Amino acid sequence: MMDGNPLSDPALLGEADLGRLMPMFLWVAPTGHIRAVGPTLAKLCEGVAIVGLRFLDMFEIRKPQSARSMDEVRLMAGQRLHLGLREPPHTGLRGLVVPLQDGQGMIVNLSFGIAAAEAVRDHALTNADFAPTDLTVELLYLTEVKAAVMEELAALNARLQAAQRAAEEQALTDALTGLANRRALDTALGRVLDAALRGGKDFALLHLDLDFFKAVNDTLGHAAGDLVLTHVAAVLRGATRKQDTVARVGGDEFVMILPGPVDEATITTIARRIIAELEMPVTFEGEPCRISGSIGATLSTLYERPDADRMLSDADTALYVSKRRGRGRCTIYVPGLELPEDKRGAPDRR
Amino acid sequence: MHGLVNRSVQCFLRDTYGVARWASVAEEAGIDPSGFEALLVYDDALTDAMIDAAARQLGKPRDALLEDVGIYLVGLEPLRRLLRFGGVDYADFLQSLDELPDRVHLAVPDLDMPDLELKATGPGRFTLICGGEHDGFGAVFAGILRAMADDYGALALIEAGGGGGAETVGIELLEAQFATGRRFDLARPEGA
Repeated sequence: MMDGNPLSDPALLGEADLGRLMPMFLWVAPTGHIRAVGPTLAKLCEGVAIVGLRFLDMFEIRKPQSARSMDEVRLMAGQRLHLGLREPPHTGLRGLVVPLQDGQGMIVNLSFGIAAAEAVRDHALTNADFAPTDLTVELLYLTEVKAAVMEELAALNARLQAAQRAAEEQALTDALTGLANRRALDTALGRVLDAALRGGKDFALLHLDLDFFKAVNDTLGHAAGDLVLTHVAAVLRGATRKQDTVARVGGDEFVMILPGPVDEATITTIARRIIAELEMPVTFEGEPCRISGSIGATLSTLYERPDADRMLSDADTALYVSKRRGRGRCTIYVPGLELPEDKRGAPDRR
Repeated sequence: MHGLVNRSVQCFLRDTYGVARWASVAEEAGIDPSGFEALLVYDDALTDAMIDAAARQLGKPRDALLEDVGIYLVGLEPLRRLLRFGGVDYADFLQSLDELPDRVHLAVPDLDMPDLELKATGPGRFTLICGGEHDGFGAVFAGILRAMADDYGALALIEAGGGGGAETVGIELLEAQFATGRRFDLARPEGA
């Protein structure tokens, strides 16, 4: 030998030292009987003195293939083995078989696989059951710390999601009435326009402006005005379906989008019902608040290529006509309907 | 400073002195009363403002307050467990402190801890040096080491600044197994 060791056997180790290096080793005789066992592995077999028992009676080799004889085990020397205890809790193990010289049998070294935490719990193992060089304890540490961090992350995500939902809702809702706001209306209008252009799905656009609202505000105060607006919102919600959009786009201005098959008669009926309900006074501190509403509507079917600005402007024109005709009514736009010259661009709807 | 550090101080103040005290410290320091998110990173100045406000309102020296934070942290079971992974007994734990920043990095890569170095200064005597950009970790570690000595059942004298220099901790291990320490199982009990 180069280093002067006269012996050819490099591992002149006692069983105890072998156990310190490899707390889960087995020394198996050529006959398949266990000659020695590492302290941690002995602990795994809970009170059963396994020295003298047969290796294959205690352990089941699962991969790369099962083995029924020691000859078959020997053939797998040097490969990574997946094994398990035959007795409950059937702890899964990894192993390596190294044959010894001169008919001394073989050394089998075992370790826990990825399910180390479970094994450590099942067998009540402690730090001292692992070799100082073994990183299993670090694996347990990581498992635990990862669980804690994931928990924090999940909680953070939940909080952020809730905050995002609240912010989105706030950004798209009118604070007083809870109706959609201008921004939400633009989005909804864009959506029905897309659907109309792609699939010929029709919709009606209604522009409502309250009549005599200013009088309520002026005589009974803003609190009365707010009450009226809340009432109007309830009326509009009641008169529309879930798929409709109702938006408050100004102090006393509202826009509704009603998707679905539309015809003038239906829209007129809906509009009249809304106006009739608006005219039923709400009471503020004993005083009735009387208002009405004028509506201008237009239908996507009137256009070859419906467009947001054009339709909003036409609904506005129709609304103006309603006002001119004496308020408290609905006008549906017809092509050719125009604002008088002096009212263009600045219709006075009060 | 990392949210975990900030949140530690926040939870310490809230759990020890009550929600009202925390709210008052937060207001003085200009922190949102809902406090810090554990996994976000905040401006360092905010951490100092919080600690200074708390020290002032509670009439405690800053270092004493931070030492209490260290003791509080060990009282949190998940953290106590993670610290106990460091060693089988207190002496072993002390020797593992050098590795603590690396362990912390394994868990939370963007949490920067001060470099920790344990120096033996005599039989049973050590100095822990906390080298970093931020002041105050020495005091926090004095609290942690004091509480961990109890946890292991060791009898030790811990002195903040005891190694000469503010960010040092002097340790004198008198008896490794003085009392029965608290229980520690490597694997968390199932369902815990």
